[in-house]
Amino acid sequence: MTARDAPGSPTDLHVPEPVARPGGHASFDHISFDEGAAIDRPSPEAPETGLRDYGYGLVRVLGGAGRAWDPGIDAEMLRRGLRAMARTRLFEDRMFRAHRQGKTSFFMKSTGEEAIGVAPSLMLGARDMCFPTYRMQGWLIARDYPLEMMINQIYSNEKDPLRGRQLPILYSARDYGFYSLSGNVGSRFGHAVGWAMASAYRGEDHVALGMIGEGTTAEGDFHEALTFAGIYRAPAILAINNNQWAISTFSGIATPAGTTFASKAIGYGIPGLRVDGNDFLAVWAAIEWAAQRARAGKGATLIEFLTYRAAGHSTSDDPTRYRPADEAGHWPLGDPVERLKAHLVELGEWSEQRHTQMVAELTDDLRSAQRAAEAVGTLGQSKPPVAEMFDGVFKEPDWRVIEQRRELGV
Amino acid sequence: MAVMNMIQAINSALDVKLADDPATLIFGEDVGYFGGVFRVTDGLQQKHGIKRCFDTPISEGGIIATAIGMGANGLRPIPEIQFADYILPAFDQLVSEAARLRYRSNGEFWAPITVRSPYGGGIFGGQTHSQSPEAIFAHITGLKTVIPSTPYDAKGLLISAIEDDDPVIFLEPKRLYNGPFNGVQGQPLKTWEGFAEAQVPDHHFTVPLGQAAIAREGADATVLAYGTMVHVAKAGIEESGVDAELIDLRSIVPLDIETITASVSKTGRCVILHEASSFGGFGGELAAQVQERCFWALKSPIERIAGWDTPYPHAFEWDYFPGPGRLAKALARVMENR
Repeated sequence: MTARDAPGSPTDLHVPEPVARPGGHASFDHISFDEGAAIDRPSPEAPETGLRDYGYGLVRVLGGAGRAWDPGIDAEMLRRGLRAMARTRLFEDRMFRAHRQGKTSFFMKSTGEEAIGVAPSLMLGARDMCFPTYRMQGWLIARDYPLEMMINQIYSNEKDPLRGRQLPILYSARDYGFYSLSGNVGSRFGHAVGWAMASAYRGEDHVALGMIGEGTTAEGDFHEALTFAGIYRAPAILAINNNQWAISTFSGIATPAGTTFASKAIGYGIPGLRVDGNDFLAVWAAIEWAAQRARAGKGATLIEFLTYRAAGHSTSDDPTRYRPADEAGHWPLGDPVERLKAHLVELGEWSEQRHTQMVAELTDDLRSAQRAAEAVGTLGQSKPPVAEMFDGVFKEPDWRVIEQRRELGV
Repeated sequence: MAVMNMIQAINSALDVKLADDPATLIFGEDVGYFGGVFRVTDGLQQKHGIKRCFDTPISEGGIIATAIGMGANGLRPIPEIQFADYILPAFDQLVSEAARLRYRSNGEFWAPITVRSPYGGGIFGGQTHSQSPEAIFAHITGLKTVIPSTPYDAKGLLISAIEDDDPVIFLEPKRLYNGPFNGVQGQPLKTWEGFAEAQVPDHHFTVPLGQAAIAREGADATVLAYGTMVHVAKAGIEESGVDAELIDLRSIVPLDIETITASVSKTGRCVILHEASSFGGFGGELAAQVQERCFWALKSPIERIAGWDTPYPHAFEWDYFPGPGRLAKALARVMENR
């Protein structure tokens, strides 16, 4: 019996494929949401049993009047959000070019997904902790982490805060509520739960935000974290960045068609919210709801942010090899920067002129930050002292690294 | 001071730490109300409260991930993995996260966790309740691996491990929980009663990590062992009649290289004994270290006595288990070169 003999059999092996590959007609008709429908905002303290439909709906605020989830944030904060998202996009475009110019080894962008990094960063407090994915540089940028330091990390130069030990963008910034990143996806999701349990153990009201990609929800880490979060009622917000693509693999390989990632919450006994991830206000509102719930002692929430990875996976990836080149144009939830900008303009709180001026200012800032980092050096031109390679394996070095440092002559 | 078996000594260490440090907490499968399948956490939940010692789902990866997150947020968790054979679902957490967090974050985050787990054979546990996985942890940069051989050391080393700011794998030789065992099957079971190493203070004390103990002084050969095999080695040395020095490593990372080097330099002969299978086992690393540091003092080749390179077989346990007879023969062989 070979695979070729199977067609026609009711048990034929089913391997899902996306709607379109390169050359095909891109479509997102399979992503269902009702454009006009308003979804109500339940009390954040409502029992989980009454919240089981929200994982199949879509929380949206922008583009509809009087939506129940409108978080009512003022124009000043909206402008801050817009500025941070625009700054993130400009920063990433510039660093992507820096990679192409040979200034670093690797880079990743979050183009089209900026609201998911920026809105939670501005919404949550200084003592809350984010366990990010590598597509959340916007968190740091929104909290005004020095751009020059980010670039020093990307260049692994002498002023790299992580001392040349980590791939570009795998930042760690405790004082900014940003947990240490790693190239292994998913393995910090459970740390968010443990961190939150420690907060609850001390009776504090700080919450943890764990973020994971939709592709990584297939890892055991995801299910273990949700199991623990549900059982111990951890004050955690567990969020899925569903950007449709895990490198070349479409979301239908991570979960079967016809269901949602948010609805996975039901079996773990926690609420699941499906949220328009390109809607800054909806992202803010969902995080705020889940944080209120966690701080009220009602435990964790799973949130699926629906978004689209407009960029390639990384500088090593060419998405035109596996998806239609114009697919982004078909994405039904638009662009987070453009949507928030239009909203502010509509409110009379922003204009094309102000936007152009802001972009010019941000570009100037970026240019000077990059210039300062390049004065220290790009990858290979400058690096921390080699002796530091041996530091930090343990709190105190043991004889192995002491001997080896001597052997290397540093 | 009281006579304690190893279960009681470990329980006492946990009791002392729960009492003196509110940042400590214990969790794992069956460790809470029931007190653990080996009774190691017996009474701790009743005494210290359900938040200090509680049950978890059957989820080793989840247990360790949770512990790391708690550790990063200022606690000092002491998770239990019910058998060392079950630790592998948590391997990614231990290797990619616990061991690397301090280094990769340049000291912003770290994981001060102590993972307790019973290991080793001699209890008719078959493949899945008998393994000795210490070498795979020793290979991981950033993890410490500790293995006591007596009740006194178990308590003192465990307190040191808990107070250490780095992740520690604390492997408990389950064959020694209730009494010493010399590797000869079929004898009446011994308890710890009457052994000096079972005199354990009730209060807080530490045995530092990275310091081996000379379990027996000798002039003609050095035997390196840890855990259950320390007791097997004593019997094997006695059987051989060789005046061998026995070093109980107590922790394999950090390794007390000075004590090892000094002893082999003195005796000129080295036999390494461990229960884990031979190929790629920790004995290979010990042999390499001894060769690099003591080559010119060696009078005969270094010998390794270890489990065979098969899975741990149920019916053949005593054919697999490296008993004192194999050590005695190895000692006789190394003594051939005078």
